[in-house]
Amino acid sequence: MSGWFEHLDAGKWAEIGTATLDTLLMLGGSLPLTILIGLPLGICLFLTGPRGLHAKPALYGVLALLVNLLRSVPFIILMIVLIPVTLAAMGTSLGVRGAILPLVIGAAPFYARLVETALREVDRGVIEASLAMGARTRQIVWRVLLPEARPGLIAGATVTTVALIGFTAMGGAIGSGGLGDLAYRDGYLRSHTDVAVVTVVLLLVLVQALQMVGDRLVARFTRR
Amino acid sequence: MIEFQQIEKRYRTAAGDVVALHPLDLAIPAGQVFGIIGQSGAGKSTLLRLINGLERPSSGRVLVDGTDVAALDGAGLRGLRQRIGMIFQHFNLFSARTVAGNIAFPLELAALPAARIRARVDELLERVGLTAQRDKYPAQLSGGQKQRVGIARALATEPGLLLCDEATSALDPQTTASVLDLLSGINRDLGLSIVLITHEMDVIRRICDAVAVLDQGRLVETGPVTEVFLHPRHPTTRRFVAEADHDETGEATRVRYSDIRGRILRLTFLGESTFRPVLGRVARDTGIDFTILSGRIEHIRETPYGQLTVALQGGNADAAQAAFADAGVHVEEIRA
Ligand SMILES: Nc1ncnc2c1ncn2[C@@H]1O[C@H](COP(=O)(O)OP(=O)(O)OP(=O)(O)O)[C@@H](O)[C@H]1O
Ligand SMILES: [Mg+2]
Repeated sequence: MSGWFEHLDAGKWAEIGTATLDTLLMLGGSLPLTILIGLPLGICLFLTGPRGLHAKPALYGVLALLVNLLRSVPFIILMIVLIPVTLAAMGTSLGVRGAILPLVIGAAPFYARLVETALREVDRGVIEASLAMGARTRQIVWRVLLPEARPGLIAGATVTTVALIGFTAMGGAIGSGGLGDLAYRDGYLRSHTDVAVVTVVLLLVLVQALQMVGDRLVARFTRR
Repeated sequence: MIEFQQIEKRYRTAAGDVVALHPLDLAIPAGQVFGIIGQSGAGKSTLLRLINGLERPSSGRVLVDGTDVAALDGAGLRGLRQRIGMIFQHFNLFSARTVAGNIAFPLELAALPAARIRARVDELLERVGLTAQRDKYPAQLSGGQKQRVGIARALATEPGLLLCDEATSALDPQTTASVLDLLSGINRDLGLSIVLITHEMDVIRRICDAVAVLDQGRLVETGPVTEVFLHPRHPTTRRFVAEADHDETGEATRVRYSDIRGRILRLTFLGESTFRPVLGRVARDTGIDFTILSGRIEHIRETPYGQLTVALQGGNADAAQAAFADAGVHVEEIRA
């Protein structure tokens, strides 16, 4: 007779603890880089795009193609394809270290598109007023576009973080560790339903908490 | 001083070229409030945006104080724009900045030290009467207050010229009046030139010194407002003037002329002659009797003017008409 919690002994709880920490480390390692790459990329897309301040159809075409390509490849394939690159860059393709690079490459284009969309929401009249006051492009980006689009940029970052959690769960397939990996190995391969339930609940709590923080920040910076 | 020389503007669109402005010449003297009036799509915004280089002419030149706007490089154009303020129909305020932050923006661009920015912002807040709103966000303001912030922001760098793109079109009549008063006062006190565009003749009458009338991308009439408003020549101008008249007197006060005997004249008094007792004197001298059919006294900016429609009976009507003209009254015969 197997009870509901038969696999959840002290050792397993410790393993769950480590997995939770790994997931948080993967998020903490990949999110800043994702934003660091996605934000400028999104700004470039916006500036060079149709009706942008520096419309450059050819450059925009290339950037958009790259972004779409990376977004259309399923993450699991992306991870496998990137294994050699990850090995060369990080010294290993396993664990938290090995997961960061594919996570960033998978999520940055996604965030870039969300950034582009958020910037498009900025009132054209406001941009025009800045131009009429003699602002340079750099000043418009830093002092007008980013502050005006801040709620949208934060909402986009929240969505991207949740997507990253989804990505980390797939990392199990190449042995990156974390809650998703644990759910896959114990919950699915070994049919330890209790472990699966616990990891899913932990992931749910994580997503809920992130969404709540994100929504709070959006509300805090919305001035309309 | 702004000069448009054979300026033409076409927009390329998927459906072909749109001619927004046919070649036109126009000179706008410094120090004035200059109005540009026209219906929607007449090319007003295009003309205004050529002045600060937000649009480039398809041909011809725009000279601002002798400088060809199209010949400026990036830095030159930004410099010009810092010397030209602009306000907009929909205010275009930064929603993420407070009132004070909006006004500080052009000063931050000019990299002024924080203390000087603060002092200048306080001064401007006072000027536009928004000291109490300094830390509010635009969303918390009324339309009139938003436009005052727009004006303060446009004046922050002490420009010599202010461009107004339908600055009062989104405001109710009372707020419009107070914003126009503010603009008029700024023109008077700071000697700032103002170019404003509108589709309301009343705005022109209240604050402009001179006006240009645009019709489908063509300049159809231009001159001092006293001249254009009281003696409009082009049909488009007449229609704008009629709309403004209609607002003030209303149909009810008009009398059906067919019921009236005698010669009917419209007398226009301008400036000082408005308050001279011309009518009584002419009646005594020429033995006519008169009936006033309609009349009013208004102001074009600060200049008073009167318009009287009178019916003359008995006496020497020709002599009376000549006497009015001699007294500096503009006479228009409505019915002989
Ligand atoms: N960017 C543009 N691309 C194509 N056509 C344009 C563009 N801007 C203006 N036009 C066209 O040029 C003409 C003049 O436009 P403009 O905005 O100068 O008119 P306006 O007098 O300011 O009208 P409104 O009172 O509606 O603001 C219009 O026919 C308009 O459709
Ligand atoms: Mg317009």
